[in-house]
Amino acid sequence: MALFSVRDLNVSFTTQDGMIDAVKGVSFDIEAGDCLGIVGESGSGKSQTFMAAMGLMPKNGLATGSVQLMGREMLNVSIPELNSLRGRDISMIFQDPLTALTPHLKIVNQMEEVLRSHQGLSGRDAEKVALGWLDKVQIPEAKRRLDQYPHELSGGMRQRVMIAMAMLCNPKVLIADEPTTALDVTVQAEILDLMVGLQKEEGTAIALITHDMGVVARMCRDVHVMRHGEFVESGSVDEIFSAPKKDYTKSLLTAMPRLDSDDAPHAVAADAETLLSVDDVMVHFPIKQDRGLFSGTVLLKAVNGVSFDLRAGETLGVVGESGCGKSTLARAVLQLIPPTAGAVTWLGQDLVGLTSHALKSRRKDLQIVFQDPLASLDPRMTISASIAEPLRTFRPELTLAERKIEVAEMMERVGLDARMVNRYPHELSGGQNQRVGIARAMINRPKLVICDEAVSALDVSIQAQILRLLKGLQYDFGMAMIFISHDLSVVRAVSNRIMVLYLGRVVEMADRDVLYDEPRHPYTRSLISAVPIPDPHLERTRQRLRIPGELPSPLDPKAALRFIPSRLTSDLAYQPSLKEVSSGHFVEEHDPLETLLDRPA
Amino acid sequence: MFGSSKKTIELAEAVNEQAIVGRSLWRDAYDRFTSNKAAMVCVAILGCIVLFTLAGPFFAVWDNETIDWTAMGDVRGLGAPSVESGHFFGVDDLGRDLYSRVIQATTTSLLVGLIGAAMALIVGTLYGIVAGYLGGRIDGLMMRFVDILLAIPSTLVIILLLVVAGRSFIMLFVALGAVSWLSMARIVRGQTLTLKNRDFIEAARAAGVGEFTIMIRHILPNLLGVVIVYASLLVPEMILAESFISFLGLGISEPYTSLGALIAEGAGTMAYGTLWQLLFPLFFYVTIIITMFFIGDGLRDALDPKDR
Repeated sequence: MALFSVRDLNVSFTTQDGMIDAVKGVSFDIEAGDCLGIVGESGSGKSQTFMAAMGLMPKNGLATGSVQLMGREMLNVSIPELNSLRGRDISMIFQDPLTALTPHLKIVNQMEEVLRSHQGLSGRDAEKVALGWLDKVQIPEAKRRLDQYPHELSGGMRQRVMIAMAMLCNPKVLIADEPTTALDVTVQAEILDLMVGLQKEEGTAIALITHDMGVVARMCRDVHVMRHGEFVESGSVDEIFSAPKKDYTKSLLTAMPRLDSDDAPHAVAADAETLLSVDDVMVHFPIKQDRGLFSGTVLLKAVNGVSFDLRAGETLGVVGESGCGKSTLARAVLQLIPPTAGAVTWLGQDLVGLTSHALKSRRKDLQIVFQDPLASLDPRMTISASIAEPLRTFRPELTLAERKIEVAEMMERVGLDARMVNRYPHELSGGQNQRVGIARAMINRPKLVICDEAVSALDVSIQAQILRLLKGLQYDFGMAMIFISHDLSVVRAVSNRIMVLYLGRVVEMADRDVLYDEPRHPYTRSLISAVPIPDPHLERTRQRLRIPGELPSPLDPKAALRFIPSRLTSDLAYQPSLKEVSSGHFVEEHDPLETLLDRPA
Repeated sequence: MFGSSKKTIELAEAVNEQAIVGRSLWRDAYDRFTSNKAAMVCVAILGCIVLFTLAGPFFAVWDNETIDWTAMGDVRGLGAPSVESGHFFGVDDLGRDLYSRVIQATTTSLLVGLIGAAMALIVGTLYGIVAGYLGGRIDGLMMRFVDILLAIPSTLVIILLLVVAGRSFIMLFVALGAVSWLSMARIVRGQTLTLKNRDFIEAARAAGVGEFTIMIRHILPNLLGVVIVYASLLVPEMILAESFISFLGLGISEPYTSLGALIAEGAGTMAYGTLWQLLFPLFFYVTIIITMFFIGDGLRDALDPKDR
């Protein structure tokens, strides 16, 4: 008898357009101490399966079948009966830990709520249990966290709190719905380690819902691949990864860019001219800080002295965790945010300080593709009007018919059916909208395109298509690209050279193979070791490099010296310098790795 | 590349022939509005009233100025509504035909509502868009000016303007417009502030589109929905304000009249048994206001479905 068993579960929703079957006859079992992976792309019904099991369905939803926890039926029972199970025997953690925590309650009160309703604990006793769990999930300064509000914690800490809350009553089953999708890679690695630990120590069964094959390879023993509300393929991790039977599983596995694959981007011609050179660019934002009577402004150094060159046809990858200034750097290069200091030289001419009129003529060659495909298109405009907009600005001599032809050609080129000219963004999928965004950026044949997390919001299979499209366009038109992403595997798949940013500074820059094969800086090394690889054998043997401490706040002056603590005592204003260790391989000054690992967090 | 080759010409023709018609957000909103039964019934009723003001005069036996001396002598008896005498709605206190008077008054009230709201729409939208988009100190100055004007009671402003500049049609529109654009400007500014930080505005800027063009091409169409909703709710508000002023005897002067003025007269003679003098204008007045509010509600549901 399985601990948690789902039999023939169907979930359907009544909508204005009729009935939609989200889940169609799904059955699976989870044994105690097991970790089951449910993989699928968005809309595959993987979350709905568990939402229905937990009784968390919207009013228009209908679930049939059977969900049993230790032999007790959970599906469609009364709310009070369900509440006695939820939180005690089965609990859930969500993707976004900020929206899943109540914003106006302190951590201790949120945790107490669970303890009171299930174990009748309150006050001191509850606090003790809560503190014990916060320690177990390795939150630094756990005692202080009890009295903090959710918004005061970082994303990783919030997810730890969520896990601690879910574990408070020692549930038999923990459902994790994309628990690390919103987190940075290094934090993701730590959260996954934590979940593995809990599974071993407490014997909790985990159901892991994710779209990331790498995470599955690392965590799970058995996998179900889900698509259109049905299981496409099921089996052990080793079977699925080494010998997938169904085409869909195969395409999922091949679509994902891997950190250890050997798909090289197009080489840059040796005599390519230097298009862009960025010299010691800084972007500082004054942040108002309120400290009682003495309110003052503190400088947030979003980008703090970044220099690089870019040659025609080259792709420069920019990686870094959230808040490291990647997007700000992109906007500073494009002069969408005026840099505080430094020079951005485009074809030998400085862009900083140009009037908006003088800048306009340069904009034709400098384009950007945004992260959120839907938000970057005007909802009231047809997609062809959006694509044609740069043409109207830079080639006003074109007649309406000529413009139409140009747009239709570009749409075909980026893989959009030209008959969709009159469609609106809300009628298209995310991938299609991103193609529209790319078509808009490419229509004037720019010399530089900046992709700001251009594929981060897309499903893996779509992501692979868009990456292929970008590479193809680069091959045809020869533009240079700056490819910004938090995903190291994606950056590796497209870039010639890669720059690693940490709190607005370059910590390492090298050719792609050099950077991934022999990273020098401890930050780069920890980033690379944190990325999960979709190969269970490799994942189990890989050693992870963990540098103690969370990603600190950029406002903290000590944060910039995280990798050179020997200077912390003497000189807080010290700026580590960038050294060329071999030709084209720059590494920022740092203390040896051993000293960093020995330091307490 | 510029449409000279055979392939591209074929492509262009193919596109023109087979282009799929997209469903714009406006089209969606239109469908949502037309499926709202209450709003559609109200549109029909309001349409009937407008039709009545246009076609009604052709059926009138008396015009709105001529005094029926026989009826004037016995308003309660001979002046009562009847088809035979030609006074379909009866006569007013002075013996004038109430049917023609109601038509004239309804026209006035509808015009006041529409023109007042239109002034608010144009002035308020332009002011709000400029303030919101430019931001910074200009925004601060412009909005403080609005705050100061908002602090003065609007009825007081209207009455003062009418007393100082004399009571005329033009002045009434000016007075109503002068107070109604303020809150519109605030709403538009707020919308502009949220819109201008959206990605697609940044995308337009990166594409080299000028600031003025961004305002017209990207910001304006996106806040039009909210503006239309608010304007449609302003129409009945304008009619209410005008009626209130007319009720006080400060609105439109003779020989013109409005529903507010007729209601005031009718209320004055209520005690003498000539109740129709109150009921006919009141019926049209209440119907217009209620249908307008329902239509405004329907528009809101149709245009921002999220804010329900």
